[in-house]
Amino acid sequence: MITIMRIAFNNLYRQKRRTFLTVAIIAFGVISVLLFSAIAGSFKGMMIGQITDSMLGHIQIHRKGYVESLDNMPLNLTINKKQLAKITEVLDKNKFIEGYSFRILLGGMLSNYVETTNIKLAAINPEQAKVVIPLLSGRIKEGKMLKKGEILLPDLVTRGLKLKIGGEVVIIANNADGSVNGQGFKIAGIVDSAVGPSGKYGYIHIDDARTILRMNEVQVSEIAIRLKNIDKIQPVIKKLKKALASLKNKSGKPMIEIHPWMKLTPFFNIAKMIDMMALFIKIILVTIVLISIMNVMIMAVYERVKEIGTMSAIGTPASRIRTLFITEGLFLGIIGAISGAVIGTIVIWGVKAMKFTVSFGRTDNILLTPNVTMGEIGAISLIVMLISVIAVLEPAIKASRLEPVEALRQ
Amino acid sequence: MECLVQAKNINKIYDLGEIKVEALKEVSFCINKSSFVAFIGPSGSGKSTLLNLIGCLDRPTTGELTVLEQDVSSLSGKERTTFRGNNLGFIFQDFNLIPVLTVFENIEYPLIMVQNIEKSKRKAIVMELLDQVGLADQKNKMPNQISGGQKQRVAIARSLSTSPKIVLADEPTANLDHDTAYKIIDLIRKIKDEKGTSFIFSTHDPKIVNEVDVKFTIEDGKIVTGENK
Repeated sequence: MITIMRIAFNNLYRQKRRTFLTVAIIAFGVISVLLFSAIAGSFKGMMIGQITDSMLGHIQIHRKGYVESLDNMPLNLTINKKQLAKITEVLDKNKFIEGYSFRILLGGMLSNYVETTNIKLAAINPEQAKVVIPLLSGRIKEGKMLKKGEILLPDLVTRGLKLKIGGEVVIIANNADGSVNGQGFKIAGIVDSAVGPSGKYGYIHIDDARTILRMNEVQVSEIAIRLKNIDKIQPVIKKLKKALASLKNKSGKPMIEIHPWMKLTPFFNIAKMIDMMALFIKIILVTIVLISIMNVMIMAVYERVKEIGTMSAIGTPASRIRTLFITEGLFLGIIGAISGAVIGTIVIWGVKAMKFTVSFGRTDNILLTPNVTMGEIGAISLIVMLISVIAVLEPAIKASRLEPVEALRQ
Repeated sequence: MECLVQAKNINKIYDLGEIKVEALKEVSFCINKSSFVAFIGPSGSGKSTLLNLIGCLDRPTTGELTVLEQDVSSLSGKERTTFRGNNLGFIFQDFNLIPVLTVFENIEYPLIMVQNIEKSKRKAIVMELLDQVGLADQKNKMPNQISGGQKQRVAIARSLSTSPKIVLADEPTANLDHDTAYKIIDLIRKIKDEKGTSFIFSTHDPKIVNEVDVKFTIEDGKIVTGENK
């Protein structure tokens, strides 16, 4: 094998320019894939982070049918005290859960005593929200986090009604049986609107919501959950579904439903599109490697027909001739992949050091932190090496099947 | 006496679509052990075709060809490769050295790739052959750094590295000048006498024709004369 490797290396070395160009093309492909994956991955991570950490959390639990009617914010589809006790018990036992937050979602009218407008509100417990949606406080562009009797209003509403921090407003809302109730609030802060379905909600304290809605006992519209590791969403959901399977309605069907963040926002499709683009770039890389190596090795076989004939004439088995060409292709792949991985990593560091920022929704100056894992570098390098071997198979088989008498005639 | 190579009524027909070319017609001969034999004849007479058949590089269309008591016409491609590697040596008109290997490595090549001989034995065999062909001081040179005569010496050494019983040489002096050609023929003769290896040439070089013990003259694919010196 050492002799085959030595001949293979020398064969590549004797065509220095061609080898350099082929390696350069492969390396360029690897650099492009790594750079795209790093930047797209960073953008995707940032986008997901913004959505989950400032609004949704990683997982949400609702009464069955609530998500379908989310636009109406129905108050007859809430989770009651008994169900909540069971859910809390299950959530507290799960070691993957960092925290959870109860919310009541309600629609109402907001009045500054002069003008009135519609508003959607999320009633939260600020202490729980701090854990589950830590970026909410970052969205408060003026003022501070709310306390009981206070309200956080979206900036579009405050601009429309010319409201200021410390000002008084009244919220009027229908409760579950249709009667109307109202309560005065002090404006604690103004929140930036965020991208997504719940990005333009105002926020009040969950106890105030219970008062307005005249809830006699503890009820919630949804429970938002934050995990210690976002990658554990599916196993946690599976476990929760199993543990909460006992919560059934009168007809014996599950009473609650559990959704990952992906099912609650259309931005998951953008994340999927980024993944698709990364896949597309990888397919281009595979094509580049395949065509370059196949082209080079077909040329090598044509140029070396007589040499192959000599090898075969003196008794070299066809398998060894095949191995020789496969080794040459593999060397091209290995050198190209390693060069690409090293240069690609340096370029990614360079881009990171330049501290590029992007805007997402109405959030500006979000720092892009392109990053590539060793696993990803290894996977891309392995793909390149594997494709190199596949690309060289046809010319290698062709070389090994050459009839020595025909080859020697050339 | 037992034949080292025996041909009985062998024919070789090349099928070129609508045309069929009869390269060899009813050729029969016997080559004895430790022979110095030449097939001579003009270009296109069929001598290289015959050498290819004896060297198991090709198969006769009809007839019986036995090399070292093996009916080689019935061997598969893989078996012919193994047979060549273990029993035959080749010297080519264009030397056909592997350009990316040194002189030493070219001679060593069949010992590794064909016979899997261990390193220490390989080194001893190659050094002995290098001494025999007078190239011990050139062993680390690449083929493009030595002369034509030296390349042919390397090719001779390579053909002998696996200790074959027969070495087939197709026009071995065609690309060499007069003096070098004589030196090469002398070297081959010396090796034949020392090792008892049979050499079979295909040539029309009078220098070789005058040196061989047995010569077969081929014309239009037929052996017209066969004579011992």
